[in-house]
Amino acid sequence: MLTLLAGLLVSALFDLPPAQIRLPVFVADHLAESGVRHPVTAVLLNFRGYDTFLEVVVLLLALVGVLASGLPKDRSPFTGNVLLQALARHALPLMLLAAVYLLWAGAHQPGGAFQAAAVLAAAAVLFELSGIRTSKRPDPRWFRRITSAGVLLFFAVAAAMLGNGALLQYPPEQAGFFILLIESGLTLSLAVNLAAFFLLRSTEPGDAQATDNEP
Amino acid sequence: MSSGLLFAIVGCLLFVFGLGGVILLDHLLRRILAFNLMGSGTFLVLVGLAQRDGTPDPVPQAMVLTGIVVAVAATALALALARRLHTGASNPPPPANPTCRDDRHA
Repeated sequence: MLTLLAGLLVSALFDLPPAQIRLPVFVADHLAESGVRHPVTAVLLNFRGYDTFLEVVVLLLALVGVLASGLPKDRSPFTGNVLLQALARHALPLMLLAAVYLLWAGAHQPGGAFQAAAVLAAAAVLFELSGIRTSKRPDPRWFRRITSAGVLLFFAVAAAMLGNGALLQYPPEQAGFFILLIESGLTLSLAVNLAAFFLLRSTEPGDAQATDNEP
Repeated sequence: MSSGLLFAIVGCLLFVFGLGGVILLDHLLRRILAFNLMGSGTFLVLVGLAQRDGTPDPVPQAMVLTGIVVAVAATALALALARRLHTGASNPPPPANPTCRDDRHA
């Protein structure tokens, strides 16, 4: 059955007519007024900013879902591996630097808020796994606050653009600034969001209790 | 045959592998992985088909970037639910070596 399906799908690929609409041409034509010079970033945050906004909301929803599914009472034992700690000590500053660079590079070459946030979140997970820090973990409420702040910032900018006729319709001359503002906010909140998916899975028993009792 | 078309074909095969996994595998974790494989296949088809004629198209690339992030979120939620299912079903302490069968009845 599956082989048949694979055959059907592949043969369908060969029958496809060429695309009727030349989207790359449209994007290239309007790139100058998007505020950024990289076409993918322009599509992501200007031409189809709506999709990106809803995507961030989906991430927030997933975090709420993860939190609602109950935090584990047990905590998997993280051994303080010396090699891992040495690696983390060297890699973490570089990862922070790479994240900032990716955020800045998004305007004119591959990069952007999502890539930067992924690197930041990976740094947070590495930090957690290496066991460098042994003090108490941050309150899960902070994860929610920072993540919501990113979404609200995006929404505030989107709503402020309503005066221009439509949601997320930037004036061309300031589009670059607004996109950088949104991307900076998104980087922080998405990094916290992505890291929370992992970090909240490894909460200490006391923290889990505190969250369960929260209204 | 352009490289874009090759990407799309590989994407189709990955999708079918993933679909088979979702249907045939018992273990929840494997199913989640297989579901991710389906997603990756779809992304590959989207990006590959869009650059059949050689020039990359930024619109599907941005859509796929969105899709990847949503897939990560969905995976995290699925893993959280799977874990909840596992711990919830085994209130008498969990078996030392959980097998596929435990997951199915969980």
